[in-house]
Amino acid sequence: MKLGPALKRLHESELDLAGDFRKIGERHAADHDVYHQSRTFSMQCERHAELLGPIADRYGSSVSEDDAPGLWDSVMEAVRRRSSAGLGRRPVSGVVLLRDLRELYLAAHETLIAWVIVRQGAMAVRDKELLELAKELQPETDLQMKWALTHIKVSSPQVLAS
Amino acid sequence: MSDRIDNPWGERTPFAADSDWPNRADQHVEREPERWVQSACVLCSNGCALDIGVADGRIVGVRGQEADPVNHGRLGPKGLYGWQANNSADRLTRPLVRRNGALEETDWDTAMAAVVERARSVLDDTGPGAVGFYTTGQLFIEDYYTLAVLARGGIGTNHVDGNTRLCTATAGQSLKETFGCDGQPGTFADIDHCDTLFHVGINIAETQTVTWSRMLDRLHGPDRPRLVVIDPRPTQAAREADVHLAIRNGTNVAVLNALIRELVENGWIEQQWVDAHTVGFEGLVKTVQPYTPEHAGEICGVDPSRIRAAAEVLGSAERLLSFVLQGVYQSNQATAAACQVNNINLLRGMIGRPGCGILQMNGQPTAQNTRETGCNGDFPGFRNWQNEQHVQELARLWNVDPLQIPHYGPPTHAMQIFRYAEQGSISFLWIIGTNPAVSLPELDRIRSILAQDRLFVVVSDAFLTETGELADVVLPTALWGEKTGTFTNADRTVHLSEQAVEPPGEARSDREIFLDFADRLGLEDKDGQPLLKWRTPEEVFNAWRECSRGRPCDYSQISYDALRGGSGIQWGGERLYTEGEFPTDPAYCEDFGHELTTGVTFSEVEFKALNVAGRAILKPAPYIPSPEEPGDDYPLRLNTGRTVYHFHTRTKTGRAPQLQGAAPDVWVELAQADAERLGISDGDVVRVESPRGRVEGPARVTGMREGVVFIPFHYGYWDRDGRNGHDRAANELTITLWDPASKQPIYKTAAVRVERA
Repeated sequence: MKLGPALKRLHESELDLAGDFRKIGERHAADHDVYHQSRTFSMQCERHAELLGPIADRYGSSVSEDDAPGLWDSVMEAVRRRSSAGLGRRPVSGVVLLRDLRELYLAAHETLIAWVIVRQGAMAVRDKELLELAKELQPETDLQMKWALTHIKVSSPQVLAS
Repeated sequence: MSDRIDNPWGERTPFAADSDWPNRADQHVEREPERWVQSACVLCSNGCALDIGVADGRIVGVRGQEADPVNHGRLGPKGLYGWQANNSADRLTRPLVRRNGALEETDWDTAMAAVVERARSVLDDTGPGAVGFYTTGQLFIEDYYTLAVLARGGIGTNHVDGNTRLCTATAGQSLKETFGCDGQPGTFADIDHCDTLFHVGINIAETQTVTWSRMLDRLHGPDRPRLVVIDPRPTQAAREADVHLAIRNGTNVAVLNALIRELVENGWIEQQWVDAHTVGFEGLVKTVQPYTPEHAGEICGVDPSRIRAAAEVLGSAERLLSFVLQGVYQSNQATAAACQVNNINLLRGMIGRPGCGILQMNGQPTAQNTRETGCNGDFPGFRNWQNEQHVQELARLWNVDPLQIPHYGPPTHAMQIFRYAEQGSISFLWIIGTNPAVSLPELDRIRSILAQDRLFVVVSDAFLTETGELADVVLPTALWGEKTGTFTNADRTVHLSEQAVEPPGEARSDREIFLDFADRLGLEDKDGQPLLKWRTPEEVFNAWRECSRGRPCDYSQISYDALRGGSGIQWGGERLYTEGEFPTDPAYCEDFGHELTTGVTFSEVEFKALNVAGRAILKPAPYIPSPEEPGDDYPLRLNTGRTVYHFHTRTKTGRAPQLQGAAPDVWVELAQADAERLGISDGDVVRVESPRGRVEGPARVTGMREGVVFIPFHYGYWDRDGRNGHDRAANELTITLWDPASKQPIYKTAAVRVERA
């Protein structure tokens, strides 16, 4: 039974993605839509990880407790937000945003694939609880990925031709 | 005629359902006119037909047109008194250019040469993506269409939007999401036939006074329709309501989901009609499932029994007419909430029949035309930027290469245009007939963007506004009454407004300014001929009629001759969707839609997968709290809005003595309980602070719901009488944030604190 490690992998992927959304959102606080939506997505990923925890336990792959943001994280958050104000006034901020959105798209895609694998496994072992969870949460990951793509499409012409 | 300052709605003329709304002749003149000139009012989206009285080459008054279906002779206070701004002594009469840091008068040649020289160098050095246009909801079709062709087909920039983004973007977007295309389904005449009125976030007694008069005449008539009002404030309409839900601002989706859930639970659904004419019913039912009246009551801060009572009124309606405005459009989850109102009418099968309709209202008088002509982040003629055929139609009309017209993404919205200017990737910004230095959110940020040396700002306006003060070149423009053109109100009624007088000094119409700019810039079509081939207002209008031909907003049968001497004409007929067929065909629709909580743009493939085939789309959305909820530091919710006496940033109404006298300065409205807790009495000067700025003004303690603070947004700094400091405009406090689907800024959900000053 390899579903345990697959769940652990998905759990890690969600936590990584939560961190990516948070960090990248804060770096682009001057792009207000990116900032606010990234924060929402970051919390959404954390919720996914939280809901996956007990199921991973059930398959014997216990996942580490979700650490609350510590002092260091808060300090870094403030630094990123403050520097984003300076960055936001420079034309290069568009290039950085495009690069970061690309990273988010790829990271969300990786999480989505982890979901696909877990869902297939859940079908095979007939785990109704996990299937229900996948049915509810996987579309949210799919939207996160499509959101990044929507913004990439809007941002690239301005970055590349202006 | 009674004093319209004391009684903005005038005398009652009650009438029964299905009978004619009686006429009432409203008029205000300062002396007897020598002649009357046909026009309509441009001080709100109602578009009341009127005649302009002229004597000695000056406007001397107005009178309502009794034959017109919109107003039956009535005018509101802004219409009766606002025209005096045209005669104001501080009109701009000559162009201004900035020299050594100060604006100085100059001639047109010098001013236009400066504008063209900078535009040319920006286009040569960077390209069309560095050029932006930010227009308004107060020009005529002839001005807008000239700008749309100039900017999208000539310069080839995607950055054209209007301040209509702040007033009407969600109306348009919600119609696109639900029906596949913009276009007001209902008509004001539905008020004469309805048995139930549903107001969601619309303070119509102050925003569209004449249409409120029509409702009052039904409400005080023999077979009074029932009225449900959702609004945090104790508005005039709330006082007349059978059920008033005074929700916390920002929670519209929660209360609307609960109402939909009640309709479903009680079987108040026209299931056969829904099955035949909509898609998405199951998804909607699933989404609203958690929103019991108790749960929604908790979120919204209202008694669950009142939600049930409201649902019962809506559920037992036989002819339901719904109205929506800024309490939805400028609030948290704007498009998602507006779509839920569409859903309620669809679930009840109440659309396209007398008395059954939806009016997703507009704010500004000609906002409808910004949307139609392609100046509000849309493509002309409700065309779809993702539809290659539609782009080719425009290219054929304008005789340009399809690739010349940017369609690599949705037309850039206003907030993004200002973001590009902030970032430095837009370096030429032309602002037309609007005042972002007072009307956009977070004014400290806006001022700092407009004041940048690297940004060249052109402002066209009739007065030197707060925005004009920050410009590099200011161009004096003709106002309504000083130029001929057409415009369309919120129920699709098109009016002709004839030139009554000459503009003051050297002021010119916006159309003439754009034509001059295009000539000087040498904009050409693909055969090397001038891009703009028309000159007179009627020629531009005829070009627009061709552009709109075959599209849902088809003007091809509406000519100047048809409009002249008669009353207004509605495009699309009195009501849209009379057969329950909707413009959702993928080849015909204006938009493939969005996911409402994230703004993810759907592709043609995704849209086709819905298999809508002429049906409407029931789009669901869960409630999501605003990103800035009240907390310890800022415990109250800010709500901004209008007073009946002013329009926008008071550029015109502040120069009409009666209107200015009625509401000369800003105030802060507080709930009784909050005022008591803060030790504030009526009239005390208070300070309101958000993380972004502060406003000071006298307190008005009212029956508003607890936890909400209201400030009118009209007041800026041009008539400050020497007082310094940026502490008068409500938008010092508002947050830079917009709806993910309509991109409309959120003015009505920010956290603030209040104390005695």
